[in-house]
Amino acid sequence: MRRFLILAVAAFSFGPVAAIDSGQAFDDPVLQARYETLISEVRCLKCQNQSIKDSNVFLASDLRREIRRLITEGKTDAEIVDFLVTRYGEFALYRPRTTGKTLILWIAPFLLVLLGGFAMFRVVRHRMSMPLDDDTAIAAKEGSPE
Amino acid sequence: MSRYVLPLIAVVALILFLVVGLKRGDPRALPSPFIGKPAPQFELPTLSDPDVTIASKDLNGDFALVNVWATWCVGCRSEHPFLMQLARDKSIPIYGINWRDTRPEALRWIAQLGDPYVASGFDETGRVGIDWGVYGAPETFLLNADGIVVHKHLGPLGREAWDRDFVPLINAGSAAQ
Repeated sequence: MRRFLILAVAAFSFGPVAAIDSGQAFDDPVLQARYETLISEVRCLKCQNQSIKDSNVFLASDLRREIRRLITEGKTDAEIVDFLVTRYGEFALYRPRTTGKTLILWIAPFLLVLLGGFAMFRVVRHRMSMPLDDDTAIAAKEGSPE
Repeated sequence: MSRYVLPLIAVVALILFLVVGLKRGDPRALPSPFIGKPAPQFELPTLSDPDVTIASKDLNGDFALVNVWATWCVGCRSEHPFLMQLARDKSIPIYGINWRDTRPEALRWIAQLGDPYVASGFDETGRVGIDWGVYGAPETFLLNADGIVVHKHLGPLGREAWDRDFVPLINAGSAAQ
């Protein structure tokens, strides 16, 4: 049993550790931080519910390599995001930019909350305007004992 | 009566969204941002001869297919006979991008299954694949005579998709000239 447990733990801890080139990419902590942020915000197109930070398919590692190269070349974050969007489209970004076609993604939640609030307001007001007929009817029938 | 109108509209809208969502087909098929734009520039050593290169300008002048393939890609094997047929019929020049592969394996594939390509670029590191927005082989791009990407097909190419998506575009393009 104990041996089994050790085996099981070993088997399940192997994956995440060996997953990807998780070592330091840059000596400069600022660059490293930018790199980490960027790769966690880029969707792995091959494995669509993972970021390229979490994925070990070769496309993800290729994209990480490209991002490292662009950072090394001194490109800004905006330029790197542009690089990805011109090739893979807005869908590659987990945090879509607030422009044109993606604006709806940012506005829709607020619109829906407003819409829901309005509907609730209407319903509540409607209910408020209704007579409290149940109570009064019962009270009337029982001949108001108090 | 009118109190049912709004919920009815809401339900119909929801159903419409669901139907559209279901009919959209493969959710992993992403629209290529290159449609209507010039194909990405590239220059690669050819598969058959590392000293010879193939570049974007070699593709211009006629409609052409750019087919991204690899020996590890199962879909590529299944579409290969159809590419061979296109090549036999001289329907269209096909250029290959051999993506993230090894030269011996790719050459063996060509030797065994036949070579439908005018030439294949050898993209060992996947750099050119990224420039083309490739995320899963096989992918097939249709380029017009000016080197503009007019269509992208994801997954194995077959007769049905060819007749439906490619032929009309090629005919329209040829008629316009």
